[in-house]
Amino acid sequence: MIGRQRPRIEPGGRPFGHFKSVRKAFPRPGQDALTVIEGVSFDLHAGKFVSLLGPSGCGKTTFLRIVAGLIAATGGTVQINGIDVTEPQPDFGVVFQQPNLMPWRSVLKNVLFPMEIRREAGKAALARAMELLSLVGLSGFERAYPAELSGGMQQRVALCRALVHQPKLLLMDEPFGALDELTRMEMQDLLLDIRNKTDATVMLVTHSISEAIYLSDTVAVFSKRPATIADFIEVGLPYPRKPEMRYIPDFTELEHRAGRALGITR
Amino acid sequence: MKTMHVQRSIYPLVGIVILLGIWQAYTYFSGISQIVLPSPAAIVLASIKQYQLLLQATWPTLVETVLGFALALLIGVPLAVCVANSRLLNLALYPILVATQSVPKVAIAPIILVWFGLGINSKLALAFLVAFFPVVVDTAAGLQATPVGLLELARALRASPLQVFMKVQMPAALPFVFAGAKVAITLAVIGAVIGEFVGSVSGLGNLVLSANSQLEGPLAWAALVWLSVLGILLFSVVAFTERLLMPWAEAGRH
Repeated sequence: MIGRQRPRIEPGGRPFGHFKSVRKAFPRPGQDALTVIEGVSFDLHAGKFVSLLGPSGCGKTTFLRIVAGLIAATGGTVQINGIDVTEPQPDFGVVFQQPNLMPWRSVLKNVLFPMEIRREAGKAALARAMELLSLVGLSGFERAYPAELSGGMQQRVALCRALVHQPKLLLMDEPFGALDELTRMEMQDLLLDIRNKTDATVMLVTHSISEAIYLSDTVAVFSKRPATIADFIEVGLPYPRKPEMRYIPDFTELEHRAGRALGITR
Repeated sequence: MKTMHVQRSIYPLVGIVILLGIWQAYTYFSGISQIVLPSPAAIVLASIKQYQLLLQATWPTLVETVLGFALALLIGVPLAVCVANSRLLNLALYPILVATQSVPKVAIAPIILVWFGLGINSKLALAFLVAFFPVVVDTAAGLQATPVGLLELARALRASPLQVFMKVQMPAALPFVFAGAKVAITLAVIGAVIGEFVGSVSGLGNLVLSANSQLEGPLAWAALVWLSVLGILLFSVVAFTERLLMPWAEAGRH
């Protein structure tokens, strides 16, 4: 059973995620280093959903990968649960833009992959995998191969895989970017539904203003490269979010605010 | 759908029958000697009459080919793993591999004969030498072609290097290994036959030479046909194994 895993209270009032003056510069041979992120600071609270919103190439994906431990920051503090993140953590789950499923494994075996790596692929893991697949509407597809699934279905499998080990922090890099708009809207509701059931903290990178506002508690708007936080929007809309909320005045106002922060509207 | 299947079998068959018909007619009407160009009918007749002889000759060639091929896999795959995972080994070994491949095996066959004698070993060695290169190159290419997304996934999941190798790289490389194996098995047959041509006492290649030297055209051609069939059969076995071991490859195509 997935259920709620731990209380939302943070020990000593310290936020779940703490980022201070995070900097990232990529060295370039024969040139000055390319500074992609220049001083990003914000706090992430347990159980919250934060979106990183910004134009292409602004550094938001780089920031997510730093938080995921896949690359190292050049400077600043990146702490999750009090630990400085320098490598991938066991209680993180990552969803990439491409599903990255292994074509030689069935759907179920793909979902179980993280548990296999940890050598914990027993009955409990199997039950969780089956439940997750059922939650995303893929019951009956356990034995199918990825090649037999559509892009949206594959991404749903990737989502299950990211959740099977019950991560505390779910990191998502434009997970619905490769999908058509209707599928994307379905997936957004699915994500919110699952998040509700698992209580994970989520950090999602997107370049869609409406996606960011619809899904999140807070939206960190990234400026153009070198990235800083242009605006930090508290969405304030209640959960569970309904598709109709996209069309209420408050929503539009928030989108407008994001647009101003991005510099695309006045 | 059914018509397509029928078409697929019927058309090649019709083509072959027509070709054989033309061949048969030509030998009949031109009066050409059976030593120079035997008719299909004569070849079939020789196959039936000399069945025992042909079968006896098939066995050594089969053994040489299969063992040479197996050796190429047993040595080639681990070598490819080393070359793919170590930049040093890659730089050191690859040029040597290419250089040895450039030497025509036909040219070194007599030397191999001197080294290994008239028996099965020299043929095995030649079959191995020709089959070895495609196995190494294709396997190494496969290992280096692991999709970056999967490697990153494995890293995010904190997989150990051994886990990455066994669970990601090797399965991802399997299609490439089979591509190399399919080329290798066909080349192994050629290698074995080259060995038999240069010096042997048994085998289908040997039979082609001896039948030819005794001016028994139909028998020589029958041996050729059997060699061809042997090659096709062995290739089919590898292709079948490929479909068996990679069920997912069919999944996307329906």
